[in-house]
Amino acid sequence: MNGSHPLNVEQNIVIDYMELDEIIEEEFYNDKENLIMILQAIQRKFNYLPHPTLTYLSEKIQVPLVEIYGMATFYSNFSLEPRGKNIVSICLGTACHVRGGERVREKIEGTLDICDGETSQDMSFSLESVRCIGCCSLGPVIKVNDDIHARISSEDVENILNNYE
Amino acid sequence: MKINTMDDLDKILHQYQKSLYYPNFTKVNIGMSTCGIAAGATATYEKAFKEFNGSNGVKICFTGCLGFCEEEPLVDILEEGKPRVIFKNVTEDKISDVVNGYIENDFNKKWILGQLRDPRSILEDHIENPMDGIEPCEGIPYLEDISFYEKQTKIAMRNCGYINPDSIEDYIGKGGYRAFFHALNDLEPTDIINTIKESGLRGRGGGGFSTGIKWESCAKHEGERYIICNADEGDPGAYMDRSILESDPHSILEGMLIAALAIGSSQGFIYVRNEYPIAVRRLITAIKQAEEYKLLGDNIAGSNFSFSIKISTGAGAFVCGESTALMTSLEGKVGRPRAKYIHTVEKGFRQKPSNLNNVETYANVPVIILKGAEWYAGMGTDHSKGTKVFSLVGKIKNTGLVEVPMGITLREIIYNIGGGIPRKKEFKAVQTGGPSGGCIPEQFLDLGVDYNELAKVGSIMGSGGMIVMDQNTCMVDIARYFLDFLKGESCGQCNPCREGIHHMLDILNKICQGEGKEGDIELLEELSTVVQRASLCGLGTTAPNPVLTTIRYFRKEYEAHIKDKKCPAGVCKPLFYYEIDEEACTGCMLCAKKCPQEAITGEKKEPHKLNQEKCIKCSICYDACKFNAVVVC
Repeated sequence: MNGSHPLNVEQNIVIDYMELDEIIEEEFYNDKENLIMILQAIQRKFNYLPHPTLTYLSEKIQVPLVEIYGMATFYSNFSLEPRGKNIVSICLGTACHVRGGERVREKIEGTLDICDGETSQDMSFSLESVRCIGCCSLGPVIKVNDDIHARISSEDVENILNNYE
Repeated sequence: MKINTMDDLDKILHQYQKSLYYPNFTKVNIGMSTCGIAAGATATYEKAFKEFNGSNGVKICFTGCLGFCEEEPLVDILEEGKPRVIFKNVTEDKISDVVNGYIENDFNKKWILGQLRDPRSILEDHIENPMDGIEPCEGIPYLEDISFYEKQTKIAMRNCGYINPDSIEDYIGKGGYRAFFHALNDLEPTDIINTIKESGLRGRGGGGFSTGIKWESCAKHEGERYIICNADEGDPGAYMDRSILESDPHSILEGMLIAALAIGSSQGFIYVRNEYPIAVRRLITAIKQAEEYKLLGDNIAGSNFSFSIKISTGAGAFVCGESTALMTSLEGKVGRPRAKYIHTVEKGFRQKPSNLNNVETYANVPVIILKGAEWYAGMGTDHSKGTKVFSLVGKIKNTGLVEVPMGITLREIIYNIGGGIPRKKEFKAVQTGGPSGGCIPEQFLDLGVDYNELAKVGSIMGSGGMIVMDQNTCMVDIARYFLDFLKGESCGQCNPCREGIHHMLDILNKICQGEGKEGDIELLEELSTVVQRASLCGLGTTAPNPVLTTIRYFRKEYEAHIKDKKCPAGVCKPLFYYEIDEEACTGCMLCAKKCPQEAITGEKKEPHKLNQEKCIKCSICYDACKFNAVVVC
């Protein structure tokens, strides 16, 4: 793949292959059946799935790269592009939806000037809609990184986001 | 440490029963599952821990979820010889006063949800009620009498909120793992299967297939067999599995152990959603503890029976809740379903016989083994036995998880337990069964909830999500919402589902945009039939349900969108506008203050005006007005 390929936006990334080995070999025993969890561990480390890690993984566990990309695009948790420092997840489960989750999403999109699935130019925020984080009784709910903000309305959005840089 | 016999187990039971019921210190249990944490329980816990732990005979502990999410954070305080009180909405600022008040017997009644009459679980009716002989607090209702809990019977959620989910000893203290030892020592595999069969337990994940028959068919097939727990709770609006996993993970392990004994398996898997990090963490801890006590591993309790459990996490694919897709995903592949000419009990995970049950199903198993099939089958209706956990959410006053006997009416659930619709709005529909289910209108509120009755009105039990909708919910938008969800989650391998849903969604989007035309409803019905009949898996065959039930019961609303270009509920933005009713407006200025667009103007105590050009229909004024002066036109 050449440098102009869209998957190679991560030119400056430094990958410690020893650490990658720790994940693939020691934590998950080079086991193909653990592929989802390996990808999750890689994403936890880099905040997304950098292309070089996937080619390395492919050789390491002997799964064709095309299958690994198949996984990375089929499952919505994975991102092939760098994500922002803060991940804002807006829950659009049914309970949040009937309680005005869409309006909250519109407000977040307006405030951060990004759409669902995008990352702000300064890489500080990514917005992802998720279908139910299981907090239905307290909807509408948004999650910023690991913090859950419950019972919010579009009025609260700016105040909440101001707490994150 | 090793538990080899029922006696070993009972030793731990007696020791921990005492600390669960008769602590010689003030025990403060703070509910720390996702709902509680979202409501602020972490700050409450930290404050309490800093201020009280270890001092003055106070111990700060944490538990899971008591189900009444609306009132979270919930804090349960007990001490030997004193009434046991559950406090509600205990945010960080209240915790000191709550604990000090309890110690000094000076209760702020406003903060109390109720006191416990009897904290024993369904498995503990043979022991003495720890509350016997204790003078109750005056003027405080019993928890068991308040409308939210009155009609509930807790079997699957028996320990939720009453034990520390990270403590296997707490679970054993409540009678945990006794069912497993009973099954291991006294029952043949066929006895276990027959008990489960006779109990009438049906799959709680959505399919509703007889659990006993599933176990029996799996046991018939030769070769290595697998026991799998479906904890990939994907239905938006349902979260009982999360709550059980977070509040009582050992009940799942015990259920799986019993299934493994019955079916003859040495390897189990729990496939759990990655969106539930707390559940994953507590499951890992639970498995580790069970291994330490040798309740999991090789030669359990000195017998020939070996069983271990591995956790696999999902990665955000709704379709992986389908059994064949889940098993493919468990193999580390893209989770696409396959046609079920051959059932998974014959060829499932790794092409081997595999038994898959849902979290809630497994949680019921230990109780059925100890109390018997007849006891369990004594609850419920002809075709649906026992209890079911529902997540009561949406436009309802008392949101939370409720476990009720099958056959209870929707009206009882929504009005008695749920307390009805907030803000004096009118009930419109209740959606059950997630994206595969349907919307049930008011005329069926007296329907007794069971698998068959829900199917008769076009919906399904599903995993137990119950989303209540009021007059401000647009039924066309709801149908659009579910199809939008399913369009994103369709795995794409079969045409009817991939293309059918896409086209149906196109039509619904147009209707919601005001571009609907005559014949759209009929076209939606026709497409629904094709998608239902021709799709490969359950996702596709049930996908049209939300569309069909909304057309069936709310056709007028579709017609209003198509013919009059109006959204009567005030949801589809191109099809309505807000106006201020001058007669109802008191000029309180609240809406004008809140409007982000400064679209509302007017003097104090004078009727306000709304500038339509500036209005973005964000609904802030509509929600804020206490006099119903902002109206949908």
